[in-house]
Amino acid sequence: MNIARPGRLLRAPEHLLSREQLAAPPEQRRGFLRGAFAAAAALVATSARAQGDDHILKPPPHSLALGQPVALEGYGHPSKFEANLQRRQSPGLTPTRQASVSFAPLQGLFGIVTPSGLHFERHHQGWWDIDPSGHRLMVNGSDDKMLKRPMVFTMDELMRLPSVSRFHFIECGANTGMEWGNVAVPTVQYTHGMLSCSEFTGVRLIDVLDMCGVDLKRARFVLAEGADGSSMTRTIPMALVTSGQVLLAYGQNGEMLRPENGYPLRLVVPGVQGVSWVKYLRRIEVGDQPWATKDEDIHYVDLMADGQHRQYTSTQEVKSVVTTPSGGQVLLDQGFYNISGLAWSGRGKITKVDVSVDGGQNWRPARLETPVLDRCLSRFNMPWVWDGKPALVMSRATDETGHVQPSRAQLIAVRGRRSIYHNNSVQTWLVQESGEVKNVQLS
Amino acid sequence: MFSSPKLAALLLLVCAAAQAQTDKFTGIGRPATPAEVKAWDIDVRPDFKGLPPGRGTVAQGQDVWETKCAGCHGVFGESNEVFSALVGGTTKEDIKTGHVARLLDPSFPGRTTMMKVSHISTLWDYINRAMPWTAPKSLKPDEVYAVTAYMLSLADVLSADGELSDQNIAQVQQRLPNRLGKTTAHALWPDGRPAKPDAHGSACMKNCATEAKVASLLPDFARNAHGNLAQQQRLVGPQRGLDTQVRASAAPATAIAPTVKPVSALLSQYACLACHQIETKVVGPSFREVAAKYKDRSELREFFAARIKAGSTGVWGSIPMPAQDLPEADLAAISAWLAAGAKR
Repeated sequence: MNIARPGRLLRAPEHLLSREQLAAPPEQRRGFLRGAFAAAAALVATSARAQGDDHILKPPPHSLALGQPVALEGYGHPSKFEANLQRRQSPGLTPTRQASVSFAPLQGLFGIVTPSGLHFERHHQGWWDIDPSGHRLMVNGSDDKMLKRPMVFTMDELMRLPSVSRFHFIECGANTGMEWGNVAVPTVQYTHGMLSCSEFTGVRLIDVLDMCGVDLKRARFVLAEGADGSSMTRTIPMALVTSGQVLLAYGQNGEMLRPENGYPLRLVVPGVQGVSWVKYLRRIEVGDQPWATKDEDIHYVDLMADGQHRQYTSTQEVKSVVTTPSGGQVLLDQGFYNISGLAWSGRGKITKVDVSVDGGQNWRPARLETPVLDRCLSRFNMPWVWDGKPALVMSRATDETGHVQPSRAQLIAVRGRRSIYHNNSVQTWLVQESGEVKNVQLS
Repeated sequence: MFSSPKLAALLLLVCAAAQAQTDKFTGIGRPATPAEVKAWDIDVRPDFKGLPPGRGTVAQGQDVWETKCAGCHGVFGESNEVFSALVGGTTKEDIKTGHVARLLDPSFPGRTTMMKVSHISTLWDYINRAMPWTAPKSLKPDEVYAVTAYMLSLADVLSADGELSDQNIAQVQQRLPNRLGKTTAHALWPDGRPAKPDAHGSACMKNCATEAKVASLLPDFARNAHGNLAQQQRLVGPQRGLDTQVRASAAPATAIAPTVKPVSALLSQYACLACHQIETKVVGPSFREVAAKYKDRSELREFFAARIKAGSTGVWGSIPMPAQDLPEADLAAISAWLAAGAKR
């Protein structure tokens, strides 16, 4: 028997190195690897068992014994080998954990759906797990004539109404906000992780407003209000409601919303920044002018160079990011890689994503995976053979309105560097000769 | 009743049409009672619709502020290390112009609430619905007026002997420093008007003009600032995470002891500071008071650790401290710091 390419077979390093060695920096790891290869080669030369990969030749315990029973866990967990993928805080970003944010680990996600337990979190005054039997939704008008009947609904009642299920992304307006001035964070989890995508199930808000006899000639805005301590409030333009896009959602990825995401009821406002997707939704008020709430007049306002703040900046414009390879990763070797990433737009579907590996001098169209949905994450992929030389990897998305994602320089030329919110510029990752990938900005 | 039978018939028709929508979903929902609407409809708009009658003086506001707000926001709204500053950065000239001039200065550190806010209704509404942080909705309307008045006095919008009420709030609004500092002339407000985006990318595919020089990247000293990246990446697949506990120059691996966080960071991390300050009583007693009260006890560290874990009620007042769930090492560090007198 002859193993034609024993070296190749032994290549995958986790078969040769301990986890500690794997976690070592690349130069050092290559040292370990050389040692391991030498040892393995010696083994090939001398051992009677040098017939191939021990993972094949020596049956592992899971092939030789009885496994676990059904329903060991009533609600299953990811494999223990996946424990590195967690939502995480960015150290020093916020001083308390109740008014804070955790970032989704985009670097490890496939396709377009965010597992509910890894969905990013943003809380303004801490989160609650609210008993749905006591939760109520009230709909009223800012004056007596805005609607005919102020009404109250229980969760039981809302869940009896005709429901729709739709996939949409949700992105915090401040996503990538730490990067306006310079590179501030190391990985895609922290640069772009205030982004998630789920299938949401719920009732169209317009159906509920119709039940209340809303006067659509006068009603120009709705106010959404949460039931938590902050009772967060946001103004939503009526155009989004009458088109049937805005949902009163209770379902997320086949189950009820997670408490951190607003259980039992949240607003879904496709294409609009996450702060408008009010969680623990308790009230909808219909009115004829915006409310200038705290999160519309003090926060979520974008400072321009002339000293004016743009107010009610809500739409999340066309944006994309390469998630593999991305910052903080180390490529294991030269050769073939599948560049993969996410693209999205608050104005509709993604129509095109281009990828560059030379810092934006030359671009190639990436393959858009299905499904490509309205105001939803889209997954793109592009084949790439890494020759071991430094590479600057970027992606650039176009949406169905024809809007092309701006470069960092193009965005800053218009907005300056002090907006905090709505940074949708092209992200660059530098792949170094060592295989180490770094977050960089070009000029 | 109706003066014309025609009008009555028309009204009946209109009512029937309106009823149709409800009938479509028979049995779903019920009318809200006036008391229910009153209980929840607490929002206040920029035109002051929804503002309840009431009044409060700057002096009254200072009293409320010092007991309920200063712990987090500082006696003068300058805030502490936990929260960002509310007041500062505005001038008497801004009160005249309605634009905060410091917003033009990129070197001015931070932007305070008073530099940004354009409506007094925004302050009133938010204080009323969400403050104090650990006991939202506990202030009476007159207290909300008073606290708002105190904040405005710190920015010279009201004088030290001033008062804010439903009667004068519209006049006071005309003195808010950044009242004219907002614009909706942009493409990001999806209110149905057609709008053209302001920042466009290029669709160039070949030999494009670029900025191909790396201008910014994380300095090496910040390599490990987000924890060890090797532990934040999947263990299988095309790549691994970078071990950021090892220096970039790749010196031989040495065992690195877990870093011990300073107690101040722990107090912040576990939100202890939301209720306790080091020297001043806020919602709960100051750490110094706690340390002093029990200083003669034996096994003081163990005592504090047990108290933090279990929570307590009635020792310092009526507001209970909930049980705290934190790792043993961090619990031990905080307990040891308390046992040593809660020194800065």
